[in-house]
Amino acid sequence: MLSWPEPFVWRALFAAIGLAVIAAPLGCIVVWRRMSYVGETLAQAGLLGVALGLALHIDLTLAVVVAAIAAVGVLTLLGRQRVVPLDSALGLTHHATLALGITAIALAKGPGIDLMSYLFGDVFAVTSTDLIWVYAGGAVVLAVIFYLWEPLVRLSLHEDLATAEGINPRLPRAAFDLLLAIVIAVAMKIVGILLVMAFLVVPAVAARPLSRTPVGMVLLAAAIAVASTIFGLWLSLSSDLPGGPSIVIAMCTVAAISLLAGSRRQG
Amino acid sequence: MEKSFLSLSQQTGYGSPRPAASCDHDHSHDGAPVENALISARDLWLRRGGRDIIAGVNLDVLPGEIVTLIGPNGAGKTTLVRLVLGIEKPDSGRIIRPASTRIGYVPQRFEVDAAIPMTVEGFLALGGSASAKEIANTLDEVGARRTGHQQLSKLSGGETQRVLIARALLRRPNLLILDEPASGVDFAGEAELYELVGKLRDERHLGILLVSHDLHVVMAKSDRVICLNGHVCCSGEPEHVSQHSEYARIFGPKGASSLSVYRHHHDHAHDLTGEPKPLAPDDTHGRGS
Repeated sequence: MLSWPEPFVWRALFAAIGLAVIAAPLGCIVVWRRMSYVGETLAQAGLLGVALGLALHIDLTLAVVVAAIAAVGVLTLLGRQRVVPLDSALGLTHHATLALGITAIALAKGPGIDLMSYLFGDVFAVTSTDLIWVYAGGAVVLAVIFYLWEPLVRLSLHEDLATAEGINPRLPRAAFDLLLAIVIAVAMKIVGILLVMAFLVVPAVAARPLSRTPVGMVLLAAAIAVASTIFGLWLSLSSDLPGGPSIVIAMCTVAAISLLAGSRRQG
Repeated sequence: MEKSFLSLSQQTGYGSPRPAASCDHDHSHDGAPVENALISARDLWLRRGGRDIIAGVNLDVLPGEIVTLIGPNGAGKTTLVRLVLGIEKPDSGRIIRPASTRIGYVPQRFEVDAAIPMTVEGFLALGGSASAKEIANTLDEVGARRTGHQQLSKLSGGETQRVLIARALLRRPNLLILDEPASGVDFAGEAELYELVGKLRDERHLGILLVSHDLHVVMAKSDRVICLNGHVCCSGEPEHVSQHSEYARIFGPKGASSLSVYRHHHDHAHDLTGEPKPLAPDDTHGRGS
């Protein structure tokens, strides 16, 4: 068995736990607003951001945030068109951003650039700087979410009702998209672009059947995510499996059990 | 409240001034808003996709008055409500809403997303200052007392509408705006809902703006009916509108006759327990006849 873990293990554990907690409220709102696919597209726009950052020699996290926000703008415009349904438009942008991102990375390719590390991340390669990003960025994200919580819940429930009751939908919506972009950028290094949204969505889905209130669902999602993180990292280290995917497998297992229990209770 | 659903429709209600029905062009609406109106709209226009959704619409709702907005699908009823609520902005025209007006809004087809866990009590407390006691009392008032601990997404159509009305009432409104409150509710439930609306008007002296797809049930209890088809086709007291040629043209002879069918084929009413009871003498006369 393992002896006292080495520093890289501690960094991986703290980064993934921090991410799990930050992702819980955002993930719940993503589920409530049916934005999973939107989130995927934002995450894949992150690849474009990485290419942009490499080409312009700017901080990659910042570049990913900028790219994700640009993707929000494109998606907002797509939401207004009436030529094809929104999910078709999302399917288009989803794949367009992925293909463009991979191509752009290939073009920007310099020594030591590994596409795989952006697609799949590496939780055991987390640096101290990454940890600072997770905890400083996470504190800001949680503070903003806390401040905007009530309008976000009311808008998720019924946008017209909330608007008629005096909530301006634009500010909470824009702020939420920005937060989502930040979390995706921070999480990308840890779990990779392809699994970022799993960190947000899967614990929320797992928590839903067992929750009675919005806040209860967030707390449960965070608890499930943290437990899955610890178990997933242990699994990864003891069986020599990739870290991020092991965590996501643990989360998905909890979600499957929870959904089964939920549907049994209903039926 | 011993008044039946039917008899409510026959009450004269409060003595709010009712503009005489006018079915050609309603010039009485042009210019200044009606005094003491809870909300007024003047010459509203909204164009979308090269089509006039709302074309020169005027509207007033006075305290204690039930104004029913009817019209075929796509007539712009919900759009007009959204303009009145300020959710959408008109291309031109004015909404005059005195500072004293507090609106309670009951949206159409509130399908609570099962993705969001929310108890009825939690929903009613959300974003407001209502105490648990106020919430319980209001649920009682709308006849949804037992729903408090239930999940919002598990309610029936009628229960959902009552809970939404309770939420609107907790804002202490003097104007209640209901967009097709009876959609997704069966006929008996629909009658009960309209009875509740009438009761709220009577007990709380609310002005009520009601959007309805169902002509005969609503029209009988309204003080004023506005028939919308982009523009206001005609407006006035229920009987008057139902006999208007423009109304008959839009809804067809069947729709036009349904009001009279409803009224004249009932020789009894139901009390709140659902037991039949004879009509009170004054129930046999249409209001104003």
